[in-house]
Amino acid sequence: MSLVARYLEENGIPTVLIGSGRDIVEHCGVPRFVFADFPLGNPCGHPWNKEMQAAITGLALRRLEAAEGPRTTVRAPFDWRNDDPEWRERYNRIRPEDRERLLAIGDARRAKRGQAPREK
Amino acid sequence: MSDTGTGKPVPYMERTRNYYRALGYDNDYVWAHFDDAPFTRLSKPLAEARVALITTAGPPDLSNRDERNRKHVWSGDVDAPPATFDTDVAWDRESTHTDDRETFLPIDAMKGHVAQGLIGSLAPRFHGAPTDYSHSKTLTKDAPEILKRLKEDGADAAILTAL
Repeated sequence: MSLVARYLEENGIPTVLIGSGRDIVEHCGVPRFVFADFPLGNPCGHPWNKEMQAAITGLALRRLEAAEGPRTTVRAPFDWRNDDPEWRERYNRIRPEDRERLLAIGDARRAKRGQAPREK
Repeated sequence: MSDTGTGKPVPYMERTRNYYRALGYDNDYVWAHFDDAPFTRLSKPLAEARVALITTAGPPDLSNRDERNRKHVWSGDVDAPPATFDTDVAWDRESTHTDDRETFLPIDAMKGHVAQGLIGSLAPRFHGAPTDYSHSKTLTKDAPEILKRLKEDGADAAILTAL
């Protein structure tokens, strides 16, 4: 998505990317970025929270006029749910007991895609 | 830079690298990287601008996929969006859900901003951008196709929401 933003901008369309994968977006570098510090999946606000969604999209729209140069990141002023403080540790975590299961998933994936099997 | 958060951002590139290594892959994915970025100023006041929405979600019937399951650009009517979306991309299925379209395709929120006069109008179509592992396909096929559709709709700017 960052590459699309860059391409549009290069071709005369100003863009704002709203996303939660801050390291990935900033590694690529985009013209304007609104960072929503939530689990991946809900960049525009918590589910069903229309007030927050209006605030985050409004912030993004205002960046179209306010940004003075490329590669600007603004963090949306909201946190994830108070009742879920552990969310940051969850995505793609690998526990010791997951090792064999993950290798089996990888083997099935390679077989399905016709890729060479893992060297054992 | 505005940075008032209470936690450190999740290191998704590191997590993803480690996850695929755990699946048994040897070659790490290489994310796109540039030192600079392009910049275009809005050509008219925000209150007069037509803004388009671009998302990474797909249509529920998967009609954006070809026979080899490769995704292509698709578009929908902001006044008649699908009831559900294909959200089969990488997001945190344990921490949240994608049942509320407005969290990744904020059509209602944008219409609210039009009604309040923050922007001039919402472009009549939203667009779906494939999340592709091929940087080349993104830059030579998908992004040019989205640009073409934005121009057809008279869009002055675009908001991109990555699931």
